[in-house]
Amino acid sequence: MSNRTTIDARKAFCPGPMMELIAALKTKEIGDEVEVLSKDKGSSNDIPLWTKKVGHQLVSNEKIDDYWSIVVKKMK
Amino acid sequence: MKTRILIVGSGMGGTIVANGLARNLSHELRNGDASLTILGTTNTHLYQPGLLYVPFGRAREIELSRNERSILDRRVNFILDPAKLIDVEHNCVECESGKIHRYDYIIIATGSRLVPEMIPGLKEGAHHFYDLEGARKTREAIDNFEGGRVVININVPHKCPVAPLEITLMLDEHLSERGLRDKSEIIYTYPIGRLHGLEPVAHWALPEFDRRGIQYETFFNTKEVDPVGKTISSEEGDTLSYDLLITIPPHKGAAVVEASGLGPSGWIPTDPKTLLMKGSENVFVVGDTTDIPISKAGSTAHFEADTVIQNITHLVQEGRWARQYDGKVFCFIETGLSSGTYIWFNYETPPKPTPPTQMVHWAKLAYNRMYWLSAGGLL
Ligand SMILES: Cc1cc2nc3c(=O)[nH]c(=O)nc-3n(C[C@H](O)[C@H](O)[C@H](O)COP(=O)(O)OP(=O)(O)OC[C@H]3O[C@@H](n4cnc5c(N)ncnc54)[C@H](O)[C@@H]3O)c2cc1C
Repeated sequence: MSNRTTIDARKAFCPGPMMELIAALKTKEIGDEVEVLSKDKGSSNDIPLWTKKVGHQLVSNEKIDDYWSIVVKKMK
Repeated sequence: MKTRILIVGSGMGGTIVANGLARNLSHELRNGDASLTILGTTNTHLYQPGLLYVPFGRAREIELSRNERSILDRRVNFILDPAKLIDVEHNCVECESGKIHRYDYIIIATGSRLVPEMIPGLKEGAHHFYDLEGARKTREAIDNFEGGRVVININVPHKCPVAPLEITLMLDEHLSERGLRDKSEIIYTYPIGRLHGLEPVAHWALPEFDRRGIQYETFFNTKEVDPVGKTISSEEGDTLSYDLLITIPPHKGAAVVEASGLGPSGWIPTDPKTLLMKGSENVFVVGDTTDIPISKAGSTAHFEADTVIQNITHLVQEGRWARQYDGKVFCFIETGLSSGTYIWFNYETPPKPTPPTQMVHWAKLAYNRMYWLSAGGLL
């Protein structure tokens, strides 16, 4: 069973949702999922790009009301 | 009944809370209706923001630290005995000495620690300036540097959000002053797809880097360093060679937090407004130790401390809450050796850097000296 953690970065101007995601993934086991909630449109483009580059898996990237929910699975 | 207040950690946040409460609760402390104790690991209070100047020989070490007792209000009971276990279920803390302290309110302000060992080779191959010993060694390395490639490598999470840009811009000017800039390359690496976590700051930094010929590799999450071959590689598959490697290592929260089961990696789940540990009514968290997704900075610790001081004062005196934390952070940014700018932001307002001026640089230098008044509760 994979664990899922949620980071609510909707009110975070610093260090930014993607930095929070990277820091969180470091502490997780392979197969764990991290969901980031972000109002920063940049995150919804940057996070999938980065996820692909590094080799993690993008589980979902959805716009809900005025924010994005992006779920990434740690693959390595 | 006596209200026992216990603070763990005598760094920036803990010291400010202690002095603020000593002043506000002077009556209760005098009458024996309250007690105020702070636990620390060291007698020396280091002003960490001053470390930024050490690598360039621009700080006198004697000005960077004071004896903790000398900046604490005399009504505060300072005990040099690190906490070994914080037991929030039974409202007590066990110290290294075996002594147990019971409390009615606890403020956890144990800060963050550097964990370069999380990245293979980083400790051996890279210099950092995040503690005094590291900053001294970085100064020696910069003094001995005669040109070549400097890689400035940023890892997350880390405290002081603007230090990556400051060290880079200051190094650029320092090498120019020494006539070495033409013989050197500076490459800055950052984990995400821009130069800084804060988007407006990243936009401001980009033309500044381009103008100064500072190169950058974004999406660079450090995988390992080869200290012998002098290369640094990223999870994204890029490798850079270096002659001098300066890093901001990744951080974790204090070991005691993890050992006490209060939060993964030492970060305590904290309510962003009340600053109470989630699920608790008497455990406050201040400074780097919280898991709130905002900057880990001295100013954050300071503004959080102000909120906690007011709330505990009101709880003790009137049994009610005073106010909530609005997420305020303020950072000066050194943009070289003689110019600076600043940003402020909170949960609702994004930061907006303004063009650098010499005046702001002086203001930062002045604040560096005024810190002792501020930590001492006088400002
Ligand atoms: C190079 C550098 C530059 C910086 N520049 C700036 C700047 O310009 N502006 C800014 O706002 N911030 C800056 N900062 C960040 C700032 O110094 C920190 O964010 C701030 O000190 C955090 O305060 P704190 O109270 O949470 O932690 P700290 O001040 O680090 O204090 C934590 C204390 O807890 C103690 N402790 C740990 N474990 C235990 C235990 N088990 N028992 C008892 N005590 C314990 C530690 O010994 C320490 O004294 C900078 C930091 C560095 C390193």
